[in-house]
Amino acid sequence: MTFLYNDTIAAISTPYGTAGIGKIRVSGSGAIDLVAGIFKGVKDKDLREQKGYTAHYGHIIEPDTGKMADEVVCIVFREPHSFTGENMVEIDCHGGLLPLRRVLEIVLKKGARLAEPGEFSKRAFLNGRIDLAQAEGIMEVINARTNKGLDLALGHLEGRLSRKIAEIKDRVIGLYAHLEAAIDYAEDEIEEFDSAGLEESLKELKGELERLLATSEQGRIYREGLKTVIVGKPNVGKSSLMNALLEEQRAIVTDIPGTTRDIIEEYINIEGIPLRIIDTAGIRETEDLVERIGVEKTEQYLQEADLVLMMLDVDQGLREEDLRIYELVKEKPLIVLLNKIDLAPDRDYQELEESFPGHPLLRISIQEEEGLEELKKTIVEEVLGEEISTDDEILITRTRHKNALVRAVQAVGRIIAAHQEGLPYDLYSIDLRDCLDALGEISGETLTEDIIDRIFQDFCLGK
Amino acid sequence: MAMRYHRYPESYDIIVVGAGHAGCEAALAPARMGFKVLILTISLDHIAFMPCNPSLGGPGKAHIVREIDALGGEMAKNMDETMLQIRMINTSKGPAVHGLRGQADKHRYHQRMKLLLERQDNLTVKQGLVEEIVIEDGEVKGVNTAEGIFYEGKKIILTTGTFLKGKIIMGEATFNSGPNLQYPANKLSRSLMEAGLTLRRFKTGTPPRLNKNTIDFSRMIPQKGEKGLSFSFDSKPETIDEDICFLTYTTEKTHQIIHANKDRTPLFSGEIVGIGPRYCPSLEDKVVRFPDRERHQIFLEPEGLHTDEYYAAGLSTSLPYDVQIELVRSVPGLEKAEIMRPAYAIEYDCIDPTQLDLSLETKMIKGLYSAGQINGSSGYEEAAAQGLIAGINAALSLKGEDPIILDRSQAYIGVLIDELVTKGTEEPYRVMTARAEYRLLLRQDNADQRLLPLGYQLGLISEERYQRFQRKLEQIQEGLNFLRSIQINPLPEVRAKLKELDSGDLSKPVSLEEILRRPALDYHSLKHFHEDLPDYPEDVIEQITIEVKYKGYIERQLMQVEQFRKMENKLIPEDLDFNQLENLRLEAREKLNKIRPRSIGQASRISGVSPADLSVLMIYLERLNRGRENGER
Repeated sequence: MTFLYNDTIAAISTPYGTAGIGKIRVSGSGAIDLVAGIFKGVKDKDLREQKGYTAHYGHIIEPDTGKMADEVVCIVFREPHSFTGENMVEIDCHGGLLPLRRVLEIVLKKGARLAEPGEFSKRAFLNGRIDLAQAEGIMEVINARTNKGLDLALGHLEGRLSRKIAEIKDRVIGLYAHLEAAIDYAEDEIEEFDSAGLEESLKELKGELERLLATSEQGRIYREGLKTVIVGKPNVGKSSLMNALLEEQRAIVTDIPGTTRDIIEEYINIEGIPLRIIDTAGIRETEDLVERIGVEKTEQYLQEADLVLMMLDVDQGLREEDLRIYELVKEKPLIVLLNKIDLAPDRDYQELEESFPGHPLLRISIQEEEGLEELKKTIVEEVLGEEISTDDEILITRTRHKNALVRAVQAVGRIIAAHQEGLPYDLYSIDLRDCLDALGEISGETLTEDIIDRIFQDFCLGK
Repeated sequence: MAMRYHRYPESYDIIVVGAGHAGCEAALAPARMGFKVLILTISLDHIAFMPCNPSLGGPGKAHIVREIDALGGEMAKNMDETMLQIRMINTSKGPAVHGLRGQADKHRYHQRMKLLLERQDNLTVKQGLVEEIVIEDGEVKGVNTAEGIFYEGKKIILTTGTFLKGKIIMGEATFNSGPNLQYPANKLSRSLMEAGLTLRRFKTGTPPRLNKNTIDFSRMIPQKGEKGLSFSFDSKPETIDEDICFLTYTTEKTHQIIHANKDRTPLFSGEIVGIGPRYCPSLEDKVVRFPDRERHQIFLEPEGLHTDEYYAAGLSTSLPYDVQIELVRSVPGLEKAEIMRPAYAIEYDCIDPTQLDLSLETKMIKGLYSAGQINGSSGYEEAAAQGLIAGINAALSLKGEDPIILDRSQAYIGVLIDELVTKGTEEPYRVMTARAEYRLLLRQDNADQRLLPLGYQLGLISEERYQRFQRKLEQIQEGLNFLRSIQINPLPEVRAKLKELDSGDLSKPVSLEEILRRPALDYHSLKHFHEDLPDYPEDVIEQITIEVKYKGYIERQLMQVEQFRKMENKLIPEDLDFNQLENLRLEAREKLNKIRPRSIGQASRISGVSPADLSVLMIYLERLNRGRENGER
């Protein structure tokens, strides 16, 4: 019955662009037969007779013309020992768009269907090859922006998070069983329940969950990048700062105020932390419609920012406009940058420094490339504080996981409160169940109605 | 030579095989619903007999008895009419796990139920030993008995208890027997196997009975009864105050005797092959499994008012008689005790319950139902509940209506049947409150609110009783509305009173409901804050109080139920061949084909079906539904 995905799918699995080799993946019960029909191996080797985990050199032949399309190596995987759990062939072609496209077209012409985004992972998940946290790990591996992020994603893929969750779940189940025994056998044989011990176990459990949860902020930053917004009145040097950080010309830099109309977004890597850096149109009142859109967008970005870099022009001194901008951002993690110090070498900075209490303040000159290293260092400190060592740890990187953990923590918190209030044990099971369900959602063990939709909305790219 | 059976002149809608606790409910319900029912028993003198402990209830079990009552079954009423004593146990815990426990008078319990069956319209009670189920074209036709009679019936309900190839084991002594030396059913097993059912062997046991006149109760702790409690929502039983139950403990000597006689213990020597209940183990099992425990509890219960036999709960054993004598006499207060009936273990055939639908009809044979110990459960209460459901569903099937299937959020009965049928059981199954994930909603005090409307709809609850129930609901609502409508201000006298009642201070006006939510306060204490507090019957006040005090928890549990229902409502087509869903792992396909779950929710509880398999199933159903919608357009 082909209700689901018994058909054979194929897709180019390496990034587009020129490279030494490129890979086409074919998966489905008919995958090996299909590729065997277009593959001409040395000594007329028949792919259908080959074992799993074997590689075969040969050519892909265009069936209509009999012409060779590319020189390839085919790797055969047999179900269930493949990534998707189905029969699979990986065709290693020459890199470059043309050979890859040509081979893919032949595969599709032979009856394979072009894989939907995320479909290989979906099959792997549905065939029980990977759990949900691992499936999500795949997406993270693909989208990792820094080495650190990649390590974390690989950890998830390998099941590190799943194991951690399973370990915590075990503890919750242990507590549950202990409580239930005390309830059902109360007046029979079981010893009096150790009430103080229970509270201690609950607090330990909560602490453990909270520690895991606390990693989610860093985790999100590694995954999504630190949303860093550069603000300042027009022509204060925002785009120049961005370019300096990027070390390449991306934004248009002019001396006319309001030239930067669009929000420009770039990723840079500072000591393993991906910075999603956003240059904004200058915040100022304006009649220009196009620019107003830019300004409104700026305010939205400001609200979502993890870090704000506010720039001042020391040459011009502190203007009312600067103070208005400061009002908008002062509650955010903020670094104040005093730019163009080279233009005002004799300036007294005391007044300026007193205007931004509690925020780090750096003197820089983008023109002279002064203070940029210090800025990078300050960014790392400001965002991650002292603790950036997460080498073997697990970071919570997904909002879905974070939300589930929040619910688990809340549930345990309610039990501790109930225990302190002296409420009967049998009520605790309600919150223990909430806790278990929340944890199970992370690995996909808890059945929820929208699980399929929810999982795969994240799987929108390749793989 | 094959036996010739003579057709009995009458023909029946439903034939119930066995008249224990399951059989009685299975016969009464359909008879009350207007169907012609025959109940056959090996011995008329043992209808509704309690071959083990002379008591009903305890957490979980009491819940089931009250559910049976709310659905119009008889167990609770029969108990109320005949019991000696009752009390509420587990009261140190929350309302969800309180449970009634009643001391039965075995003989009166049996007598009243027998008379009730005899006088029930549409019901015929007969002695008869069923040897064969007659099946034609996959559908039951009737039963053949050892007396040479063929009884014709459209539906058969098997409630055979521990009679199927029953075998008693007492140390080295073993013999074929039903419980309490009754005649066993030696042939029926074969007929069931020939019909294609898979049988298995379970074991249970019972402790010795002692002569009251040889027991020194002065060395034991008496257990008090309570007044004003009843199993049925509808009766006011008369119980006695005297101390009739006593608590004592095993000693080091007791444990030494067990260790010294290990080689004579059938459980360890391999004589017993049947699987016993972990939750109701024999003493030797407990002593060996928990070597650190210095003593185990022994509870002495009278077998009835008109006998001096005492039941020694906790002394269940399969040790030889001579060792039992030593064992009993090692317990304080039992030094001179005379055993009137020795303890024994009993092995019996039962069916693998995964061969049943949630309606308790076998999947394989149309019209064949089973209930009670034959389904692998243990306990009178569990048996009666299944009997009631099997009886109702056999009747509904005759009416051409859908069976009633209680889900896990509705009743302990639902939990019980779901677990037996979906997960199967590897040992005699006992209900426990821990098995019910929504137990705060499945309280024994609200079984009527959960199930009485259904009992009424089935015709098993009288109009008059239903009206009384409606009045109770109205009063609960009225009381809650009242508490919500009255505002209490933080006046000095109010604050003083709160302090006097050990409750926290009040700083702003709150409703009377908020006051009741405080742990230290009960409904009656609200009088101190509002003089015109309406007075209601205690059962109404109880509901108001629970509703108010546990509101937050009840609401959270309701949310969990809502999630649960979503999965229960994702129905799987009855004719779906899981083997065709190639994306399912092989193990999952096999399990699903065997159990044939009716919903995704039920499928999720089958061991061996993974979350990934469920995702596959859900996607399949989604596609199927979409296909259907498109087809209609």
